[in-house]
Amino acid sequence: MDAAAWGLGTAVLLASIVEMVEALTIVMAMGMTRSWRSTFAGVAAALVALTAFTAVAGYALATWLPEAALQLAIGGVLLIFGLQWLRKAILRSSGRKAMHDEDQIFADEVAAAESAGAVRGKGLDWFSFMVSFKGVFLEGVEVVFIVITFGLSADNMPVAIGAAVLGVLLVLGVGIAVRGPLSKVPENTMKYGVGLLLAAFGTFWAVEGLGIFTASHQSLEWPGADLAILVLVAAWFGLSRVMVHALRRPAAAASTAVPSTSS
Amino acid sequence: MGFIRGFGQFWYDLIIGDDWKIAVAVVTTLALGTVVLLAFAVPELVLTPVLGVCLMAAFVIALRIDVRDR
Repeated sequence: MDAAAWGLGTAVLLASIVEMVEALTIVMAMGMTRSWRSTFAGVAAALVALTAFTAVAGYALATWLPEAALQLAIGGVLLIFGLQWLRKAILRSSGRKAMHDEDQIFADEVAAAESAGAVRGKGLDWFSFMVSFKGVFLEGVEVVFIVITFGLSADNMPVAIGAAVLGVLLVLGVGIAVRGPLSKVPENTMKYGVGLLLAAFGTFWAVEGLGIFTASHQSLEWPGADLAILVLVAAWFGLSRVMVHALRRPAAAASTAVPSTSS
Repeated sequence: MGFIRGFGQFWYDLIIGDDWKIAVAVVTTLALGTVVLLAFAVPELVLTPVLGVCLMAAFVIALRIDVRDR
């Protein structure tokens, strides 16, 4: 594997782990407080919906757009998406946004599950079905989005899919062993890393894709070709550290922040 | 109508997220890059890193505005 493939695999693996940890917290809360059967039914329905979504979106993008247009469209979207992750990471590191707290989210989900009344029909508890369906589908869509955009832009779907599946299996394995939310996973640091990789790859592909507007319709070239991605990762990291330092708030203000339950 | 609105909201939340200014910054920078590419025949190997730096500068501006608003 070359440097781009390693970067691709790392970004997808980290994103997959982070999103799976969040989905697992919701599934655990529903299963442990209401009904495992209905929760698993919701998870299964979400996986079917995700598979259909992946097939349709992947086929449409790969079939309809020429390479440079694909890089511009996907690179641009990936860059915007990645900079959202990086923005949250910078705000969290500088104390302007509370850290993501999986234990707090689990406690909130359990409280919501316990306070919700009976919603039964056709042998299922529809509250746990819908909450687990929504949790798995929404977290899964983010992984699918990254897999499709990275896989198509780098023309390496096997690495993207393999990394995502590895992340899912890792979290599932640890989740089954621990039987609870995976609050020890350094989610905030991992999200920071994913944000950096998405920003770097997104910058590379979006700028390359501007070549669609030239007479040749060929992708633009970066100095050093794929090695420019490593420079972009370093540059985005350096910039983010400068921003964290510039925006840093006193520790007292950060410590009073309410734990974040958003991704 | 509700479905279409929900579908659009879903994609907006997924891609644009909490801060629309970042999307505006990226789209504006890429649009200006396209104009420079087509109008001034700047060599590719010069334009690509310059645009990379411009995207970083645009992100910084969007983030500073975001923080100022808080």
